[in-house]
Amino acid sequence: MSEEFKIEIVNPEKSFLIKDDVSEVVVPAYEGEMGILKDHISIISFLKPGIIKILSKSGDESYYIEDGIVEFKNNNLSILTSSIFNIADMDKSKQQDLLKQAEEESGKEEISDQSRYLIDQKIEVLKTLN
Amino acid sequence: MASLDDLKKRIASVKSTQKITKAMKMVAAAKLRKAQESAEKGRPYSEKMNNVILNLSSGISDKENAPKLLSGTGNDKVHLCVVMTSDRGLCGGFNSNIIKKAKSYFSKILSEGKELKIITVGSKGNDQLKRMYGDKIVENISFKESKNVNYFDADKVGKIVIDKFESSEFDICTIFYNQFKNVITQIPQAQQIIPLNSEDSEENTSEESYEFEPDEDEILSNLLPKNISTQIFKAMLENSASEQGSRMSAMDNATRNAGEMVDKLTIQYNRSRQAAITKELIEIISGAESL
Repeated sequence: MSEEFKIEIVNPEKSFLIKDDVSEVVVPAYEGEMGILKDHISIISFLKPGIIKILSKSGDESYYIEDGIVEFKNNNLSILTSSIFNIADMDKSKQQDLLKQAEEESGKEEISDQSRYLIDQKIEVLKTLN
Repeated sequence: MASLDDLKKRIASVKSTQKITKAMKMVAAAKLRKAQESAEKGRPYSEKMNNVILNLSSGISDKENAPKLLSGTGNDKVHLCVVMTSDRGLCGGFNSNIIKKAKSYFSKILSEGKELKIITVGSKGNDQLKRMYGDKIVENISFKESKNVNYFDADKVGKIVIDKFESSEFDICTIFYNQFKNVITQIPQAQQIIPLNSEDSEENTSEESYEFEPDEDEILSNLLPKNISTQIFKAMLENSASEQGSRMSAMDNATRNAGEMVDKLTIQYNRSRQAAITKELIEIISGAESL
């Protein structure tokens, strides 16, 4: 029996990535990192800023993600996100830009605790990338 | 009767108009292909989003405490209408079709004694609505600077709508846009986005239960605002494809009409030239005869 399942990442503009030989995916879920293997129970969860790791036969990939929803059902993993970047394609200046943006936002006074938490997360993740 | 010189000038001017409309048609055709492509590419996201929400809302146990964005405020006194039009003209009935649809909806609401608020997206809609409903327009958004439809812009509109909802400025929100069917047909649509109308979406048959992390309510309350932006984004994509399609067929018609006009004017020009020649000949002949 194969231990592979299908992953589909879509963003509003297009289908970002479709792969069907994935053995494991680690997503930064809202309440901590979550590893998903084949035959995982159906689940819907939120993503916070972090790294998605995709382990597959054709090679491992990592993506930086800022938000999103993850749905797993019948061995189909769908990730909906509005901002996703392939770490391999990301250069230093892009990282710096995102970091700067996030830091600016966290400097604002009027944001809620929840969004502050998310922004702090974002900054942390971006810093570890550097 | 116009003189030969005048006719010549008119023919030249119609011809140059024809050149412009032809060029615009070509440009619209190229843009249409792109817009259509992105509309198709954007579909999976909104479909998936819809699916997840359907799954969630069918699984929600406590209907009373469901997020307001899903269940509504319980009132229907104040209606917010988001009218989406283009920023540019010369696209046939594209804008006026949306406006017509919106206006009939407005008069229905007003005749029921309800309050109306309007947000216009795109300057053409604002121009047309300002005269009749100027005092009702609360916001006017235009994305003239952005070359292509992008999610960021849609999100901006979505945020405005949600902000207004949260400060309870309205109860029901409807968006107006043109749905792209094909180049010749665009269907003006009115879609209610707050509260979410799940009746018209097909019933989800899978009864499978999900695990939620964190719980359903939290996911829903986070997901629903995103869904608003997604729906607006979808509408914007459909709209931009419709706009180009409508412009293309309008410009095609204009080019054809200009061609017909040139033909007609050319015949008229040739006739009057011939008449002038004949007249001259008669003058010469009758002059020669009288000698």
